[in-house]
Amino acid sequence: MVAISFIALTVGIFMLMTWLYKRSGISFLFPILTSTIVLIVLLALAHIPYDTYMEGGKFINWLLGPAVVAMAYPLYTQWDTIMKNRKIILSCVGVAMLAGMLTVLLMAWIMKLEDAVMLSYLPKSITSPVALQISAMIGGIPQFTVFFVIVAGIVGAICGPLCYRLFNIDTPVSRGVSMGSASHGIGVSKLTEYGEQTLSIGSVSMTLSAILGAVLCPFVAWLLF
Amino acid sequence: MKYLKIIIQIFVLYAFCWIGTVLVEWLHIPLPGSIIGLLLLLGCLLSGIMPAKFVKEGAGFLLPILTLLFIPVTVGIMNYPELLSGYGVILIVIVTISTLITLVLTGKLARKMEGNAHGRD
Repeated sequence: MVAISFIALTVGIFMLMTWLYKRSGISFLFPILTSTIVLIVLLALAHIPYDTYMEGGKFINWLLGPAVVAMAYPLYTQWDTIMKNRKIILSCVGVAMLAGMLTVLLMAWIMKLEDAVMLSYLPKSITSPVALQISAMIGGIPQFTVFFVIVAGIVGAICGPLCYRLFNIDTPVSRGVSMGSASHGIGVSKLTEYGEQTLSIGSVSMTLSAILGAVLCPFVAWLLF
Repeated sequence: MKYLKIIIQIFVLYAFCWIGTVLVEWLHIPLPGSIIGLLLLLGCLLSGIMPAKFVKEGAGFLLPILTLLFIPVTVGIMNYPELLSGYGVILIVIVTISTLITLVLTGKLARKMEGNAHGRD
């Protein structure tokens, strides 16, 4: 009974926040961001600990695995587009992954952050269900990683269009691949405004980025720590 | 009928995830089981071993609600109140700068490679 009410609460708040986001058109009102804030505030006010909430939350969490596997489907339907641009997509996803990890590690090192936080940073540009698993595997703090992943996504979605204009990033491939490999699903959802091709390149880059990150992050972690 | 189909297909996807997890444990692959499951499914779809219609509805249901699925984990931030302090702001600034550099660098590189391959349009 407790479990069902927490599932209903989560889904209900998410639907309400999605409606609010679409209705208002304000980029800062991302449903993930607002739903999380509302839920945390509600739980804190009612003095419900996180573990009690997860009695229901774990059932939603259970669907993450199948959802990651489901990403194979768009990859399959867009296989021709991927193969046509495979060189660009592959090399750019690789460069993005390295650039993301190097810049974040450099800044974390300058700020003298502890190892666990640095490790939590590594998968920040990867779609969250995969980032979570990587983070746990390499000794990061999964909750920190999810937080970083969300920030990376929202930054891309909000600043992406401005970056495209300032730096003449003006083709479906260049827009798709940069957003998909820097800001995963949240950023890619913004690409719907740029048309079908940009969107498909974006989701493909996001998936490839997840696969590459799953290989590279443990390697970099092993190399440096 | 439609919902039954979705539920069955989610179990098919879950089976791939489960096989991936088992393989990871057996062979000591340093990858999440779900990614192995993804690659297995992609292989089955491309080779025609499994028709796409067996997962179409399940994928169509799960992918659009992907963001909902990780809310239970993000709520876990409540156990780390330091993320919402001044220390948290530093962490956010680092992610922001790194993401912007990555986005612009990758976009410029892709644009340059395209130009070299197909000529300017």
